Amino acid sequence: MHTKEKTSNVIVRFIIAVIIAIYVLFPFFLVVINSCKETADITSNPIGFNGVSFGQLIRNISDVVNNTHFLFWQAFGYSALITILSLILLALFGAMAAWVICRNKTKWSTLIYFTFIASMIIPFQVVMLPLISTFRDVGKFIGIPMLQSVPGIVFAYLGFGGAMTVFILNGFIKGIPFTLEEAASIDGCTPEQTFFQIIFPLLTPVITTVTILNGMWIWNDYLLPSMMLGQNGAVKTLPVAVQAFVGSYVKQWNMILSAALLAIIPMIILFLIAQRQIMDGMIEGAVKG
Amino acid sequence: MSTFSTGRKAFSFASLIIGVVLTIWGLGVAIAKGGPGYPQRGALIVIGVLLFFLGLYLFPTLEHHRAIVNVIFLFPLLFAFAVTVIIPLVLGIGYSFTDWNGIKLKGFVGLANYLRMFKQPSFLWSILITFLFVVFNMILVNLVAFLLALLCTSRIKGLGFFRAAYFLPNLIGGIVLGYIWQFIFSNVVTKFTGTYSMLSDTKTAFLAIIIVYIWQYAGYIMLIYITGLNTIPGDVLEASAIDGASPMQTLFNIKIPMIAPTITICTFLTLTSAFKQFDVNLALTNGTGSVPNFLGTYLTNGTEMLALNIYSTAVINNEYAFGEAKAVLFFIILAAVSILQVRISNSKEVEL
Repeated sequence: MHTKEKTSNVIVRFIIAVIIAIYVLFPFFLVVINSCKETADITSNPIGFNGVSFGQLIRNISDVVNNTHFLFWQAFGYSALITILSLILLALFGAMAAWVICRNKTKWSTLIYFTFIASMIIPFQVVMLPLISTFRDVGKFIGIPMLQSVPGIVFAYLGFGGAMTVFILNGFIKGIPFTLEEAASIDGCTPEQTFFQIIFPLLTPVITTVTILNGMWIWNDYLLPSMMLGQNGAVKTLPVAVQAFVGSYVKQWNMILSAALLAIIPMIILFLIAQRQIMDGMIEGAVKG
Repeated sequence: MSTFSTGRKAFSFASLIIGVVLTIWGLGVAIAKGGPGYPQRGALIVIGVLLFFLGLYLFPTLEHHRAIVNVIFLFPLLFAFAVTVIIPLVLGIGYSFTDWNGIKLKGFVGLANYLRMFKQPSFLWSILITFLFVVFNMILVNLVAFLLALLCTSRIKGLGFFRAAYFLPNLIGGIVLGYIWQFIFSNVVTKFTGTYSMLSDTKTAFLAIIIVYIWQYAGYIMLIYITGLNTIPGDVLEASAIDGASPMQTLFNIKIPMIAPTITICTFLTLTSAFKQFDVNLALTNGTGSVPNFLGTYLTNGTEMLALNIYSTAVINNEYAFGEAKAVLFFIILAAVSILQVRISNSKEVEL
């Protein structure tokens, strides 16, 4: 499209792009180098390399990992468990619900669909306070704790993520020819067989998209886990653990930045592996959402 | 009906009946708060419900099987949705008219909570700066993201790297990046500006939140603009080049009108996300900042946005009903602004 563009323009643009990239990536660089220093070296020169040593990085990391406020591996494990369980249930139940809503043109399915869409505008703040008291009371009533428990928070993510999941899946299922299902039905497939053996496998690309969107949200979410799990509970996700940890080490930047480093590394690794899928998924979710 | 074996019929009925019995037993001992099976009441209910659905699934009918499958497929998500969104929403709106303290309520207070919040200068201040923040963000994030998108759709080397690099901050949760930037503002930026930290003054702290937010969000919005720009057909751009349009003319007369739907999406995304902003606000400034004189009052919550104000009212100050009333207002504002925004954008979109 720019057939006769001057080379000088291209070079200028490239330099601008590099400068912006340096600006965007600079905070990550600061986190890495300052995780390798002692607090004194950080405060005297936060951007230089003096005091940087691999041994100090190991010391900082092991201090953070073994810190009773942080307990990295435990928080990491809970974050991973909660995210993975929520994602599996959202994909499965979301696809089931979206399929029923999409393939039944009754006033009930329309009502459910529009309730889901309308609910997407509800801010979490308006439901969080009654949610906590409801979960506490229900937990007491049935004898299964819903607060400070993994099943409780997974259930909450199923409820909060449901609307967007159904919305995106619904758009995709509409595009699958209905004749496919009719043919299956004539061949003797029951509705549930049709869904699990024919429709569900076809949903793989769009399920990848919703899983990425929900995964980014659930992994990084702070407010919901902090309300449901509490700052001092036995179950903590990574963002909650970081918040609890920083609260107890106000100016110990080597510890805080090492904790930040540990918290961002899993996401960065995932991004390096599945960069294309993550970026495409985020775009698709936005365009459809 | 010869299609169903006696065994299946018997199993279906048995599991339906046992399911109902177990559920009622579980609920019964829960209400009575005692009796045999009381400690296992949760398990009784869960197993009861599962058995009920198993029986329902195996119910010997051909005619209604489809309807039964529909109900079973819809139930898990709808149940979770009702319990976590619908019921709390209804309860919350109800609680906002009471003196609820998070555990129990003594009585209705009518509109007292709503009237009180409009007399609270710190809350009015929060509304004001939230609107300011939203307006600044909507303009700046979209502008920055659009310029980045233009850069990342032009002919330069390493496009893939630049796109990924600009998007990278979006992967990090607000709490973690809030603390990273707190470090940068209070330890790194001060090396150049002297001892004065941007976060200690309300105005510059507000600016700091905007900077961090653009840093986090522009890369994501950029990706959406890139997608929009790539949908413009190449021959349209070629035609404009042949007709002698300057790059600026192409930009304003072709590119921008043709990506109007993308602009709508991006404005909507930045608008709602800026309104709901909580994590960065909490981690970066925790809402602190002094305002010497606002409506005749000295305020200490200079950078506290609405979402954080609601949180601290309810959770920190333990005024649950008051916080809930603020949250309901927040919901109304958010809904009204989003509807208005979509209306305006739709009327301006050019059909091509």
